[in-house]
Amino acid sequence: MKVKVRYFALFREQTGFASESVDWSGGTAAELFQEMVGKHAALMPEAAALVAVNDEMAGWETSLAEGDEILFFPPVAGG
Amino acid sequence: MKFAVSDTVIDPVAVRQSVTDNSCGALVVFEGWIRNYNEGQAVEALEYEVYRPLAEKEGAKIIAEACARYGVSNALCIHREGFLELGDIAVIVCVSAPHRAEAFDACRYIIDGVKSRLPIWKKEHYVSGISEWVNCQHCAVAGHAHRRK
Repeated sequence: MKVKVRYFALFREQTGFASESVDWSGGTAAELFQEMVGKHAALMPEAAALVAVNDEMAGWETSLAEGDEILFFPPVAGG
Repeated sequence: MKFAVSDTVIDPVAVRQSVTDNSCGALVVFEGWIRNYNEGQAVEALEYEVYRPLAEKEGAKIIAEACARYGVSNALCIHREGFLELGDIAVIVCVSAPHRAEAFDACRYIIDGVKSRLPIWKKEHYVSGISEWVNCQHCAVAGHAHRRK
């Protein structure tokens, strides 16, 4: 299953990528993040990280579909 | 009712005027400013990264929720993005209502939501030359420092 992954702020610096295309076996957003942690040595899980799918905030348990765009947000810090 | 992201200086007087009308007896304003220290480090400047498509969508939801929940007349929030210096306004929330209690409550609801729900990240540039993403849990670990861009 092919999906597009985008990284922001700290995650972008840790992976060295703003985005990448990923071909994987499929599953949830949490499973995809774990897969990316295995791929990028510097990418660290964060308890307060958030995920969005196709520009909508989503839960980590969301099942992903072919062509989805998954956005991984490190802990937010507005204000 | 409005939420916006801005890459230019916020004019608090103009923002304030845009939410007031004669039916309102109360106006509550929160301004978040760039402070010169954080967690023991002297701060020189600050940088906000915003993912606009979702920040604008979620920001509008927060404003609508606050208006529905507290029954205020009008609410507006503007958040900066890009490079800011000491004393700059990073975020402003203005809420007008017939009475003060609901205006205070709605203002608090909006700023708390903006800080916890919107895809906005803050990088602090310290006088020491080091830069760090705020809330990065690994920064607490000795020897972990993010490079200045």
